[in-house]
Amino acid sequence: MLSKDEVKKIANLARVEITDDEAAKYSTELSDILGFVEKLNEADTEDIEPIAHITGAKNVTRGDKVVEYSDETKDNIIKNFPEKKDRFDKVKAVF
Amino acid sequence: MIKEFHEKLINQEITSEKLTEDYFDKIEQKDGEIQAYLSLNKEFALDKARSVDKKIKKGEEIDLLAGIPCAIKDNICVDGLRVTAGSKILENYVSPYDATVIKKLKEEDAVFLGKTNLDEFAMGSSTENSAYQTTKNPHDVSRVSGGSSGGSAAAVAADLCAYALGSDTGGSIRQPSSFCGAVGLKPTYGLVSRYGLIAMASSFDQIGPIAESVEDAAIVLSRIAGGDKNDSTAIKSAETVYENCLTGDIKGLKIGVPKEYFAGVGLDPEVKNIIEDAIKKYEKMGAEIVDIRLPSSEYALATYYIIMPCEVSSNLARFDGIRFGQSIEKEAVINENLILQDIFFKTRAKYLGKEVKRRIMLGTYALSAGYYDQYYKKAQKVRALIRKEFEKAFDKVDVIVGPTAPTPAFKIGEKTQNPLEMYLADIYTVSANIAGLPAISIPCGSARIEGKELPVGLQLMGKWFGEERLLNAAHAFEIY
Repeated sequence: MLSKDEVKKIANLARVEITDDEAAKYSTELSDILGFVEKLNEADTEDIEPIAHITGAKNVTRGDKVVEYSDETKDNIIKNFPEKKDRFDKVKAVF
Repeated sequence: MIKEFHEKLINQEITSEKLTEDYFDKIEQKDGEIQAYLSLNKEFALDKARSVDKKIKKGEEIDLLAGIPCAIKDNICVDGLRVTAGSKILENYVSPYDATVIKKLKEEDAVFLGKTNLDEFAMGSSTENSAYQTTKNPHDVSRVSGGSSGGSAAAVAADLCAYALGSDTGGSIRQPSSFCGAVGLKPTYGLVSRYGLIAMASSFDQIGPIAESVEDAAIVLSRIAGGDKNDSTAIKSAETVYENCLTGDIKGLKIGVPKEYFAGVGLDPEVKNIIEDAIKKYEKMGAEIVDIRLPSSEYALATYYIIMPCEVSSNLARFDGIRFGQSIEKEAVINENLILQDIFFKTRAKYLGKEVKRRIMLGTYALSAGYYDQYYKKAQKVRALIRKEFEKAFDKVDVIVGPTAPTPAFKIGEKTQNPLEMYLADIYTVSANIAGLPAISIPCGSARIEGKELPVGLQLMGKWFGEERLLNAAHAFEIY
């Protein structure tokens, strides 16, 4: 069972602000799901190597080259900035 | 349907402009009720259609897909068009580039009618998690279309497009296709580029076609498949013309029937009967039915619900209100006391939906210090186990069949209160994503519920990059 405090700790790591009520709700829901996935402990994986990738492709690389985009594309990227100053993405102070 | 339209176009019996206008008319009449589309793209579509008509008039050769109107799931980027991924956080986001699949379809002069509804960031099995609307099932509008590609599947089923693109992470193409009575294909992981698909769980995600027939799905697949320098996991070169592999001859084809797919609780008895009838049909067609075992199937859903949220928590970190998307920053201009970190917390709290946050937190927890081995590593081991079992099974058989979903389409609101219950809708589809296998859902019958005929889908899974045989097996059933 995940406690409300644990849920709040996870929300903090995930950078999501949650209310007390939400923490209570997530505590039940996440505990249910974690209870369900406990099933995996029954699986015998003694001699099994974990895989992160299914096709077995290894070290697929591309050339380290700069690809120049058109001014239009650049403008369209900049248009998506929530706040900007000139052509810079404007953000709040870090501290 | 695609070949028919193509013939009519090149014989100048109809223009692409007229075809496209007809679709917009149908959308106007029917989509108010179905709600398959999130946005339409009329001017852009008609411009394209007219340019194809010009080519035809000049006698230029055109591709099968040229001038034929399609729909695109709204988590696939089209240059200059809004792409929301069904989320409020991308409400005003306009993509500055084309996804590789879009680039490829544009090269063939495809006409894009609009963008279709989905569960937020493709997380759901009913489109009820969309921040905008719930797509209704065209066979019974009190029921869900399935998800997450519910908008695409409903648009195909209600004839609001000739074909559509969807994406499939745990069943998101196949399950809505089953619910709506369409053909939905999830290609082998690595066959179709994911570049420009808004990522949910990168080791599972694949883009694929939803269409009216297996042949149409094959035609679309031939055009979107192939390696891509912008997606290092898209490793297969594109040489196969899948529609040319549809002979309809399956004599001697070995079809595996896993005992586990019929023993589980939750499989609707009527669905079970329909699937068993479909298997008998295959036997009559000359296929050899082989009983097989996939004992680790029972762990598939649990494996998925660990690995997927882990990848989600990482992939969705980019939605932080800084570079794109909705941001609390605009409101924060007034409040000078807020610092950068507050923007992350408040933006994500306000603009991400419940299910998305639930999965982000689940993944964050499973990856956090002290739990990594218990959850993530264990799941990756079971993933290897599941893959191994499929390898063994495919030594004996060519394709594996079973139900796509345990039930026909459920009622709107029926499963929204309990996330775990909603997850069970994916029970038969997730294995193909875990193992990276190609899988297709084709209509194989219907269940009569409350006076309505609800479609039931048959799922066929093939060997890795074995789309030719898989599509042919599906095609044979369709034309039998």
